[in-house]
Amino acid sequence: MREGIRRLGVEAVVLVAATVIFLIPFALMLLTAVKDQTQAVDLDFAWPTSWPVVENFMAVVEARDYVLLRAYVNSTVITVASVTLLVIFAAMAAFVLQRRPGRVARAADFLVLSGLIIPPAVVPTIWLLQALGLFKTLPGMILAEVAFHLSFAMLLFRAFVAAIPRELDEAAQIDGCTGFRLFFRVIFPLLRPVTITVILVSSVNIFNDFVNPLYLLPGDENATVQVTLYNFQSQYNTQWNLLFMDIVLITIPPLLLFVFFNRKIVAGMTAGAIKG
Amino acid sequence: MTGQAARRRSAYPYALYLPAAVVFLVIFLVPTVMAFYFALTRWTLFDSTFVGLDNFRDFLAEQNLRVGFVNTLVYAVLTSGLKVVLGLLLGVLLTSKLRLRGFLRSVVFFPTLVSTVAVGITFSMLLKPQTGLVNQALALVGIDGRDWLGDAATALLSVALVDVWKGVGLATVIYIAGIMSIPTEFYQAVAVDGGSAWHRFRHITLPLSWPATYSVIILSFIGGLRSFDLIWTMTRGGPGFTSDTIASIIYKQYQAGFFGLSTAGNVLLFLIVTAIAVPLNHYLGKRQVAM
Amino acid sequence: MKTSHRTMGAALTVLTIAALTSCGSGSDAGPSADGTVTLKFLVDNSQATVSTAKALTDAFMRADPTIKIETEIRPGGSEGDNIIKTRLSTGDMSDVFWYNSGSLLQALNPGQTLVDLTGDPALANVQKDFLPVVSQDGKAYGVPAGTAMGGGILYNRKVYDKLGLEVPKTWADFMANNDKIKAAGIAPVISTFKDTWTSQLFVLGDYYNVQAAAPAFAQDYTANKAKFATTPAARAGFDHLAEVHAKGLLQEGFGSATADQGMKLLVEGKGAHYPMLSAQVPPLVATTPAAATDIGFFGIPGADAAKNGATLWEPAGVYIPKTTEKLDAAKKFLAFVASPAAAEAMNKAVQPAGPYRIEGAKLPDDAIQVAKDLQTYVDEGRTAPALEFVSPVKGPSLEQITVAVGSGLTTPEEGAAQYDKDVEKQAKQLGLAGW
Repeated sequence: MREGIRRLGVEAVVLVAATVIFLIPFALMLLTAVKDQTQAVDLDFAWPTSWPVVENFMAVVEARDYVLLRAYVNSTVITVASVTLLVIFAAMAAFVLQRRPGRVARAADFLVLSGLIIPPAVVPTIWLLQALGLFKTLPGMILAEVAFHLSFAMLLFRAFVAAIPRELDEAAQIDGCTGFRLFFRVIFPLLRPVTITVILVSSVNIFNDFVNPLYLLPGDENATVQVTLYNFQSQYNTQWNLLFMDIVLITIPPLLLFVFFNRKIVAGMTAGAIKG
Repeated sequence: MTGQAARRRSAYPYALYLPAAVVFLVIFLVPTVMAFYFALTRWTLFDSTFVGLDNFRDFLAEQNLRVGFVNTLVYAVLTSGLKVVLGLLLGVLLTSKLRLRGFLRSVVFFPTLVSTVAVGITFSMLLKPQTGLVNQALALVGIDGRDWLGDAATALLSVALVDVWKGVGLATVIYIAGIMSIPTEFYQAVAVDGGSAWHRFRHITLPLSWPATYSVIILSFIGGLRSFDLIWTMTRGGPGFTSDTIASIIYKQYQAGFFGLSTAGNVLLFLIVTAIAVPLNHYLGKRQVAM
Repeated sequence: MKTSHRTMGAALTVLTIAALTSCGSGSDAGPSADGTVTLKFLVDNSQATVSTAKALTDAFMRADPTIKIETEIRPGGSEGDNIIKTRLSTGDMSDVFWYNSGSLLQALNPGQTLVDLTGDPALANVQKDFLPVVSQDGKAYGVPAGTAMGGGILYNRKVYDKLGLEVPKTWADFMANNDKIKAAGIAPVISTFKDTWTSQLFVLGDYYNVQAAAPAFAQDYTANKAKFATTPAARAGFDHLAEVHAKGLLQEGFGSATADQGMKLLVEGKGAHYPMLSAQVPPLVATTPAAATDIGFFGIPGADAAKNGATLWEPAGVYIPKTTEKLDAAKKFLAFVASPAAAEAMNKAVQPAGPYRIEGAKLPDDAIQVAKDLQTYVDEGRTAPALEFVSPVKGPSLEQITVAVGSGLTTPEEGAAQYDKDVEKQAKQLGLAGW
């Protein structure tokens, strides 16, 4: 009984702390998004004097010929495609890297670290994509995102492959399961918790990427969601209410997806836990 | 010996590397090597003149490089340290039998979803000297807050804390994965022995979530050494040059159109980060194998 | 559970294949079946530019229905500079684009990347004294887009009326006004160091006074002979910046205020002076009509009342890259941009922030006060272009240095010396002679 009350108290404290620390900034964004332009300039917690919610919403959606809607489609395609490739490529490579030490692994290890350390070189990348005929195309952008996020994904996968006992591989090998089959049948399913993490984190990073699309995928028809922020924020003046409305609109859908999948994630993670 | 090697070849064929290697080499490595050549040139994007090591000399002669170097280390150590500690705590909390677990996970993860620009603006608002909520809250308990971002003494630390706010969600999901990967049998074994919660944490959770700890340390430390985007949106390296890091100095040179110079800076930053990260990676990796 | 996974996998595969096979760029060169030509027009994302570009393209398409123009926006500032350079150097520039004139244009290697318009009919209506800022080695590459603007002090005229103040002609008069304003409980000088670029105005806007005192400064400065730190007239800008801070004339919270907040303080009369560009006023008029009449402009006053004037920022230019496949249509558009008809179209869309650089183009009768004030300086011949329009040399760190000087972190002497070093770095990177 006392245990229960204490637990309730702890939960209440955690809840309040989390709300204050994490949700107050969000409240500020939301509040600014529904103010009129003159009041929004103040960027404070003052209660809105007028509520142009619908106007702001429509202004953001309609801006530049509905560019936001196109941006949603583009960003979604880029994110889904590149994350799919990323997860498969990185998990496969990380598996050999961890299981087969030697000169190749050492070189790969170094390349993974380099990929984390070196920022992509924008202009040479454009030259290269132009040479391949992939510049200003979605496939080019997708492959670039895969290349830029590989190191991150491989680092995570390698660390978690290490936690899978080798005895499992050996048992599978006795059953004649090697190479690709060993990986896809035995190892990959066991990597589910970290796979979910990689999916989650790299989706967010790619969805929110803004420098790379700006250079590698120019043009209004190719806009991505982060680039739409430029419709409202410029060097000289910013329409703060519309900027924040845009921020809210491009942040909420991924958040809802996260909330929605959260339950599944928990279920998936428990199912993926290694038995023995 | 040969038998083992042969088995390894068949069980773990190098072909598994292939797709990742092709994409990485072609789209990342080739341009990077090309760029490194331009570190030796004066490069306007339209033409380049070979200048030998002049760019490296000029970069090292940068007026505020010393401040930038110290700031870089402070920023990286502070942000990665806090992310590891808070990420682990939140990870444990959010895998426990908390009733509001689902809600809290979303709340903690939320900042990761928000763009850096928005985070920068929002916290600039919250940290404003008179009207900012932080100082108003401090005033309630009798503390006289300051102009956190406009004051040279606190600008960098304030940005670092905002970075932690934004990045701790990522560390937490990695820890959640790490804790979830621990076979439940281990906990059951301890439960049979009648171990306390602390005992469980100290002897099972902490050591067995090592893959997560390793990943969080490497990712956030390297990220911290390279970080400039939040600094750029919140202080532009200011006031003056007091919150500049090496990466923000490089970024400013890039923005100014000094492409050769900024590439030279990137080469130097690469050498510095490698000099720190490779031994760190080796050390952490060894612990992992030992476990 | 199994089926749902399989369905999801299938969906992902389909999406991936769709993405990999779809072709991103749908633009095709040459006229389409119905004979219309489509031009792409890249402009920066400031509200004023976007509205002006829309007015120009709408009026042009009405006048010439065979040409269609699609506008594309890019960020401004140094990010925008890099986008322009990247797209030009990779041969991917739009058919026409809007970009700064002066030193920034020089950095684009116009001889190599842009279409030479010297002697072209498109330049027929361009004022002759504008051409140097869009030229390199005697060849002209652009037409003026929008209006010139003033860089100096924006002031609240109601505050001046209420306190019985007069527009100052010397720095001493300006400081005397500031004292009275401060005594009346109003912030004399607004500063907004969160937007670091706004901190440069006391230095850059002082150039009229610099060239009045040292007429050869620009030339000597470009040739690495004159320095900010050692030329008293040039250093005055840094001194002024330090002085207004040291005397406590700035509003509270200047270190974290933004440009938009600064304009709001000014128009509400909570601050009296704001060292700023006149182009900041027109976008404000839509939401705050009082800005049109209550905000006035004067040049930053110098030491000598007899040599009083204002520093002018030339309009941006519209240029054609060599890579365009629609040169004729692009030239037609440029000819229109530099015509009195274009000025009329722009007047209807955006209040001009200063005079046009087009022969025969006039300000509207209901022009806003800052434009009228600036026009007076122009009519009396008391203007000089800012340094960046007469010299290719401009250090990139000025805004950080002026924030440090304006917040009392650095002395003006030190700040000017730091800027000289910054300039040296830029000149070396540009490979200029004599550095």
